[in-house]
Amino acid sequence: MQYIPNILFTIILAVGIGYFIKNIRKIIRNIRLGKEVDRTDNKKERFNNMARIALGQSKMVRRPISGILHIIVYLGFIIINIEVLEIIIDGIFGTHRIFSFLGEFYNFLIGAFEILAFLVFIGVILFWIRRNVIKLKRFWNPEMKGWPKNDGNLILYFEMVLMTLFLVMNAADLQLQGLGADHYIKAGAYPISQYIAPLFSGMTEATLIMIERGAWWMHIIGILVFLNYLYFSKHLHILLAFPNTYYGDLKPKGQIDNLEAVTKEVMLMMDPNADPFAAPAEDTEEEIPEKFGASDVMDLNWVQLLNSYTCTECGRCTSECPANQTGKKLSPRKIMMDTRDRLQEVGDNIDKNGSFVDDGKQLLTDYITPEELWACTSCNACVETCPVSISPLSIILDMRRYLVMEQSAAPSDLNNMMSNIENNGAPWPFNQMDRLNWNNE
Amino acid sequence: MSKTVKVPTMAEYMAQGKKPEVLFWVGCAGSFDDRAKKITKAFVKLLHNANVDFAVLGTEESCTGDPAKRAGNEFLFQMQAVTNIEVMNAYEIKKVVTACPHCFNTLKNEYPALGGDYEVMHHTQFLKSLLEEGRLKVEGGKFKGKRITFHDPCYLGRANNVYQAPRDLLQKLEVELIEMKRSKRNGLCCGAGGAQMFKEPEPGNKDVNIERTEDALETKPDIIAAGCPFCNTMITDGVKNKEKEDTIEVLDIAELIANAQDI
Repeated sequence: MQYIPNILFTIILAVGIGYFIKNIRKIIRNIRLGKEVDRTDNKKERFNNMARIALGQSKMVRRPISGILHIIVYLGFIIINIEVLEIIIDGIFGTHRIFSFLGEFYNFLIGAFEILAFLVFIGVILFWIRRNVIKLKRFWNPEMKGWPKNDGNLILYFEMVLMTLFLVMNAADLQLQGLGADHYIKAGAYPISQYIAPLFSGMTEATLIMIERGAWWMHIIGILVFLNYLYFSKHLHILLAFPNTYYGDLKPKGQIDNLEAVTKEVMLMMDPNADPFAAPAEDTEEEIPEKFGASDVMDLNWVQLLNSYTCTECGRCTSECPANQTGKKLSPRKIMMDTRDRLQEVGDNIDKNGSFVDDGKQLLTDYITPEELWACTSCNACVETCPVSISPLSIILDMRRYLVMEQSAAPSDLNNMMSNIENNGAPWPFNQMDRLNWNNE
Repeated sequence: MSKTVKVPTMAEYMAQGKKPEVLFWVGCAGSFDDRAKKITKAFVKLLHNANVDFAVLGTEESCTGDPAKRAGNEFLFQMQAVTNIEVMNAYEIKKVVTACPHCFNTLKNEYPALGGDYEVMHHTQFLKSLLEEGRLKVEGGKFKGKRITFHDPCYLGRANNVYQAPRDLLQKLEVELIEMKRSKRNGLCCGAGGAQMFKEPEPGNKDVNIERTEDALETKPDIIAAGCPFCNTMITDGVKNKEKEDTIEVLDIAELIANAQDI
């Protein structure tokens, strides 16, 4: 009978981690629905980017208030996880504070965790105030209605509850240590929970053990629930920020890739020796002509899809976007959210049917309208400001390519501009032969 | 124009069996837009003044394809690129300078993969190098002490991380350089990029160039400096919209340097 808690704990842990891994595999599968793009080059630079941007949070602090608050919560999250390791070992083997043999160092650790937990709690409260009381504009854009708003708040509540449980557990433990209860060896330093402990004075040992155990169990189960919540939330960035910054684009921001499929066609057209009536070689299979640009998530590359799962909807991109600031419908954050939501829909479709069955929907028009796409000035403000190296611009441009090259659906002004370039080598209707006239005027 | 400067073409150089030090890529705006033509002329005067051996492509130059590519027409872009590359490679061009950040970005970043590999410089970078080599003198002259704010072109700044060259030149003019609240990597777009120059904006509550002009006006400038013919147009329109065109000039860096010394 005495092993029941250990067994129960191990089962809960296995289910919690197992379900999480199952969903992570789904995400990896969904990301792989994207087209191939080679990001195996410059490993050193990529590694440095990941270390600087994701681990070092270098772009977060460009906005000092949210940046510093975020670093506190981030450090707290990472460091307090050492404590979770102890909880897991204690849970499986039925021990109590297994690391307490570390003596003074253990006291230091527990003390540090407590201070961090308290700072995280304060940080999260301030985040909540920024969202719900100050109502910062970027958290109230149209795309933030409904689930995205609730998701943002839910994450904050989760963290508040987890930090509270951690501190309550320690406070009850401290009280039990004072009573000299069995198992509750004197260990740890409690700079924060010592102020909670007086609330428990006068309680019986049994009540205190119930509070301590209750908080312990709810804390670890809470962590597992939170872990599994990630998959359903924007909060995946805590994991995906690392690969996303590693695989980020290293080229100058102004450089857009030259579509290879187009290069082939153009080179053929420019080759004076090419036979325009040539039949395809006998032994080559009839190739399906590649689709130009993107109308759905499968037309995007896997890094763009990884971008979409990494986005945590902070909205810095949208707040810097010149189109959005002047009241246009375009919001770079919405581009990322739509891409993710559509990708998730496609993934669910695959789960249900074994392979993707046409659902009559696509990313273009059903999620992202041409009006949004045509409002972009390609200024790269969104790319520059993203703290985790996401490029909404690359998706916008790929979708414009589809509109223009597959559907000939450019705004008529742009069609005029393009036919001018085609006919006379300039976006305006001037004769190419007049190019040097400025010199004689 | 009082002093006409001879502008040789690559074809003329070829006929004489000569190769210039640098090709000046004029660009469509620099060739055809009345406002931008003044920038072209100012830059040519500076090149001449610094004894730079340069040539232009003249009638053999064609749009780089930038607006087509940003509008999504990759096909048209590559047709333009391949044609231009064929011309430039035939002349064995090694170094290109242009006063348009869009041409600069496209030539520098998007032509190499299609076979066009050149050393490409924006005119502010080129002028700065002339200055460092002692070939060009930049002195305060008539702009000394004037309040000037510089608008970063997206395709020079964020797109290619060139923030310093235009500012260094302005410092040499001994002007009072005042930064807008949003500058360098945080600079706000003028509204022309991504082929927006050639179309009406989508419905909204303001035009981007007005928003940006307001940033500039907050610095109470005598002059708004630009480094891009399209930004120049957008901000000039913005200044007119605010009815400030009588007190505030919008000038390209090349114009500022040329006018300062009355070159």
